[in-house]
Amino acid sequence: MSFAFWSAADTARRVAAGEVTAAQITEAQLARIGAIDGELGAFLAIDADGARAAAADVDRRRAANQPIGPLAGVPIALKDVLVTRGLATTAGSKILEGWIPPYDAHVVERLRAADAIILGKVNCDEFAMGSSTENSAYRKTRNPWNAERVPGGSSGGSSASVAAGLCAASLGTDTGGSIRQPAAFCGVVGLKPTYGRVSRWGVVAFASSLDQVGPVTRTVADAALVLQAIAGFDPRDSTSLEAPVPRLVDELTGDVRGLRIGLPQEYFEAMDDDVRAAIVRTAAALVERGAETVDLSLPHTGLALAAYYLIAPAEASSNLARFDGVRYGKRVEAADLTEMYARTRGAGFGPEVKRRIMLGTYALRSGYYDAYYKKAQQIRTLIKRDFDRAFKYCDVILTPTTPTPAFAFGAKATPYEMYLADVFTLSCNLAGLPGISVPCGLAGDGLPIGAQLLGRALDEATLLRAAAVIEAAVGLGERRPTAIGGAA
Amino acid sequence: MPALTRSEVEEIALLARLHLEPEELERLERELGVILEHFQTIAAVDTAGVPAMVHAVPMDLRLRVDVAEPSLAAEIALAGAPRREADLLVVPSSIAQPGRTGTGTEP
Repeated sequence: MSFAFWSAADTARRVAAGEVTAAQITEAQLARIGAIDGELGAFLAIDADGARAAAADVDRRRAANQPIGPLAGVPIALKDVLVTRGLATTAGSKILEGWIPPYDAHVVERLRAADAIILGKVNCDEFAMGSSTENSAYRKTRNPWNAERVPGGSSGGSSASVAAGLCAASLGTDTGGSIRQPAAFCGVVGLKPTYGRVSRWGVVAFASSLDQVGPVTRTVADAALVLQAIAGFDPRDSTSLEAPVPRLVDELTGDVRGLRIGLPQEYFEAMDDDVRAAIVRTAAALVERGAETVDLSLPHTGLALAAYYLIAPAEASSNLARFDGVRYGKRVEAADLTEMYARTRGAGFGPEVKRRIMLGTYALRSGYYDAYYKKAQQIRTLIKRDFDRAFKYCDVILTPTTPTPAFAFGAKATPYEMYLADVFTLSCNLAGLPGISVPCGLAGDGLPIGAQLLGRALDEATLLRAAAVIEAAVGLGERRPTAIGGAA
Repeated sequence: MPALTRSEVEEIALLARLHLEPEELERLERELGVILEHFQTIAAVDTAGVPAMVHAVPMDLRLRVDVAEPSLAAEIALAGAPRREADLLVVPSSIAQPGRTGTGTEP
């Protein structure tokens, strides 16, 4: 029996009902990874022993009529920037090759407590910096819909593994679109929660004022289920919000009557015709079901790219100072301490990480701070004010997730061209808002297209409710990837 | 401000404690110049009186009671260290010593 495309909700329900054991699902998924991942390239580490032990524990407790968690038996893969006790964590970088973390990230603790089965760690751009997963120091991850296309990034391993049925869900991280963009490229659902909704404890830091952990799943209901498991206050993260988390699964009522959908003109200026047509169809489907659309403007949108690519590298240059060859990770020996730092970092970091460290160091350097970092933070305030004003007139904002469907390997010739791939997703992180990408059809060449919804701070519930309606109306239904892993 | 000169790129690399090969310096000089040129769009924006956004969501930094809490044992915390002696991390001297390559075992 194949469990490859069972939803997380279905899997947990059937395990709880005794229709299937967690061990059966785990063995099937490990075998499937063995059969498919050589071509797909999603996994960096597989924890077969840990997964089997967790599955056996679930089955033992269920047999003994003891409580089991809401994700009991659900196979999950983790982006390799989430630290895992006893399981190698590389962040896609050679500088962390072979490092075995001594503790679990908060979200990993929460998943284990919910009885999820953690299959392993999946690929990403080095330190989550990139939009195609081509910046991984380890391997190429392919798009399951077209093996010559990128899966998106930086959470490309997450989106590819979920799309190809290697796991029911994955956790990614999103600093400027790194959950939503790969989700759109691979035809799956990706949710970036409100900044502070999910603890960053144990997340390898990229840009601390922007980073959030969130789910990548095949259904909107699963995104709600997984977010429910990982969201909530954690005193170990000083930016964790002490806000109650509603019962998100209960919010999927299918009712969008009276919901006001904002359409910001700045997000409809430059994109593929197929993407534009899909978003127009998506808006029409929401209107057919009783929502109304509101044309609006977010006038500072054009400044988001520059603000983001100053703030994120600046914070990264500071965060990545810890990789110095002293406490963990790679070391290149040298005659003195400063040279040892420089040689270690020069050998351990890849080209994009070096580029961003340089950019960030430039922006933060004495005499330039006001012109770059502070200016970018002021622009950030203007972008946030745009959203505050817009949400007086609408409840959610609908945009394309990306200007184009998945592009080919090597298609972005310069760093700046690659940065433009994030143009629709960055503002959400700058403003700290929740955002979701949900599949809304296929382009003429058979590649998935994602619709993005942005919501008010802490209002993931409304996003999920609207996204579920999009999924039902214009989603991919039973259509599966056509290149890798589409067959159950 | 852009474009960058080679000596500026070298100075930034020094500040970042990042060893770069000559071809990397050359490439970064070109690429960073192009990127910074694009970012000039924000220079013209009037931000007088606009506060800098530090936190995405309004929040105050929390304080906790200053009481020691359980943490990783030294043995576990140091298990990934490239070089150590007992519970100490060993690094090369901060001043280069001729003929040594930083084995960290100076007396």
